[in-house]
Amino acid sequence: MTVVDKIAPDEEKAGVRTSPRPTLRHRLSRWDVKVSPYLYIAPFFVVFGIVGLFPLLYTAYVSLFSWEAGDDDPAFIGLDNFKELFADTQFWNALENTVSIFLLSSVPQLIIAVLLAALLSARLRGATGWRVGVLLPYAASLVALGIIFANLFGPKYGLVNGLLQTIGLDPVDWQAGRFSSHAAIAIMVNWRWTGYNALIVLAAMQAIPKELHEAALIDGAGAARRFFSITLPLLKPTLIFVTITSTIGGLQIFTEPKLFDAMPGSNNGGSSNQFQTVTLYLYQTAFENYELGYASAIAWVLFVIIVLIALVNFFLTGRLTAVKKK
Amino acid sequence: MRSIRNGLVLALGITMTTFGLAACGGDDGGAPAASDPNAKVELSLATFTEFGYEELIPEYERLHPNIKITHRKTGQGGPYHQDLITKLAAGSGLADVTAVEEGHLSNVLDKGSKFNDLPKIGPAEASPDRWLGWKYDAAKTKDGKVIGYGTDIGPLAMCYRKDMLEAAGMPSDPEAVKPLFATWDSYFAAGDQYVTKTGGKAWFDSAAQNFNAMVNQLPTGYIGNDDKPTLESNQGIKDAWTKVTDAVAKGQSAKLTAFSNEWNSGFKQGAFATKVCPAWMLGVIEEHSGPENAGKWAVTAAFPGGGGNWGGSYLTVPTQSKHPKEAAELAAWLTAPEQQIKAFKAKGTFPSQVKALEDPALLSETDAYFGGAKIGQLFAEQAKKVAKPQYKGPGDGQIQENASSPALQAVEQGKSADEGWTQLLDAAKKITR
Repeated sequence: MTVVDKIAPDEEKAGVRTSPRPTLRHRLSRWDVKVSPYLYIAPFFVVFGIVGLFPLLYTAYVSLFSWEAGDDDPAFIGLDNFKELFADTQFWNALENTVSIFLLSSVPQLIIAVLLAALLSARLRGATGWRVGVLLPYAASLVALGIIFANLFGPKYGLVNGLLQTIGLDPVDWQAGRFSSHAAIAIMVNWRWTGYNALIVLAAMQAIPKELHEAALIDGAGAARRFFSITLPLLKPTLIFVTITSTIGGLQIFTEPKLFDAMPGSNNGGSSNQFQTVTLYLYQTAFENYELGYASAIAWVLFVIIVLIALVNFFLTGRLTAVKKK
Repeated sequence: MRSIRNGLVLALGITMTTFGLAACGGDDGGAPAASDPNAKVELSLATFTEFGYEELIPEYERLHPNIKITHRKTGQGGPYHQDLITKLAAGSGLADVTAVEEGHLSNVLDKGSKFNDLPKIGPAEASPDRWLGWKYDAAKTKDGKVIGYGTDIGPLAMCYRKDMLEAAGMPSDPEAVKPLFATWDSYFAAGDQYVTKTGGKAWFDSAAQNFNAMVNQLPTGYIGNDDKPTLESNQGIKDAWTKVTDAVAKGQSAKLTAFSNEWNSGFKQGAFATKVCPAWMLGVIEEHSGPENAGKWAVTAAFPGGGGNWGGSYLTVPTQSKHPKEAAELAAWLTAPEQQIKAFKAKGTFPSQVKALEDPALLSETDAYFGGAKIGQLFAEQAKKVAKPQYKGPGDGQIQENASSPALQAVEQGKSADEGWTQLLDAAKKITR
């Protein structure tokens, strides 16, 4: 401010109008311009600092201790939790399950979402009705959904196996097998998220200029050609966004596998951890075995993995949908 | 949190202005309302599954107009106790009167400093001789505090489907079936017979239910008196494992995980003919089998291996409570013989109080759903067959829920008995390390 004060008089001399020294009001309005934007965005950053950043850093701190819930003075053990974690077969098993469920859900989900969006952007009767329709599964309660699906996939009295038997197939013990349980959980995830992602993609599709499609039509391009050469490349930023959000969600999957377990309230992820995900293992470690230090280490490793996979996704999606420059 | 503090400050302010009190230092969190006999004291009570207290709570409120009770009921024991330990660690959020199941009691006794010593703050009538000796002693910490008043016990009997045994051409009268349920060997032999005669129908609901009962009967369970795991050397557990997994291999299990949705449906569908039946299971069976199956279930005063105890709980008063004295009074009243008899009538929770066990009301109690069986007398008889309950060391409940039950479920889903046993050992090691 002092600098401004010094310069201001010179400016006045140079200036045409001879105005008096900058008044308080004048100065206030200048500060207003400089400082206000920060004040307007501050609430988010303050809240994020309290409920986001602080827990993140505190978790890192806790992960350096052997900390059992209720301990009065936990012992500092450095990186031992992480050492133990990298040798923990249950953790690797959980990570494999997570990635497997993530791939089984995200890949078909995004493909279906884009196709669904393409269908919805066509001229339909009652377009709004259809669009609301695909969002309905997302609006339903996740827990209710989990309970209903767990019932549908019941090995003995489940509707799915009932249908399979009606058409002459053998019933599947969905909870027992590794692949079958992952598939069932992926179906649950897709049921909820496909419509949601389809709507986001649809919004981006609607924003593509009509002229491009008209020009392509005149050039004699068919619907498929237009979809692959115009629509997809122009959807790139949206697809990156959707991929990254579903990656973050997919790697944190928790509710579906927890409710899918036949044993109520269990965090085992099946009789032999065949569908225990990383977050489920994290929860079990923290709130069933009360090993908060070890659980914090799991949380941080999961965080790093999500960041890495999101980065890889970002570059891959960019590559796949890149518009070739000639 | 802040609103609570503001509320306290406000309450303090009001009491100070009303009574013209001088500011009193050093009184941390002691509710000022206690100084006013007409102020409402709000108590919370947390229970899981069925304690049978629904009608007792309004009764207590009628007797004590200054008390208001909020009852928090949870369906499942497992998640309830996770929540309990978490809140114990957090230092807030527990109910004034908090129920603890005996399988989880050892984990709580470890943290005895976080609970009130009930003989110190509770009323005089809640003296040790109110309860069965072993029941009272089990709630003692290593330094001699008593942190819980016993509510119920779970003496074991056998429940079975009369109509299904009859259809299989087997004895079905409560007296005539006793030989079938004399020992575990005779029980599984009868199971073989049943499976053969019915062309492959299941004899029991799930292996884990029987295995838990078998392990509970042993002199030493998963954890020894020295708080060390015994699985590696405990031959009794290994034998029980072999017997149960053999029965699974022979098709005796309906493979329905206890308390799962499928298990609930299984009762309605008549998926299994017999069921390990602690006293509190009667209410569960009635609820899930529904009125259409009334009279088909029966219970008999016999249990393989003599007798046993599965479950039963305590009411504790955590030090978090703002009204420990009132909470202890409520807990003492709820666990008095008269009230436990009422709870028994409501939900079949079997009383642990000496007087209640001799009560004519209990001895004459019948259950219409179970064909008018004299269940009071029957379970009192079964309770006498329990020598003393097994010592439950820290981690015992977790081994049952996260090691042995899942391992048996894995065997039912197709793993070999040996693979299952290895899985049990590994999981138990992880829990007790």
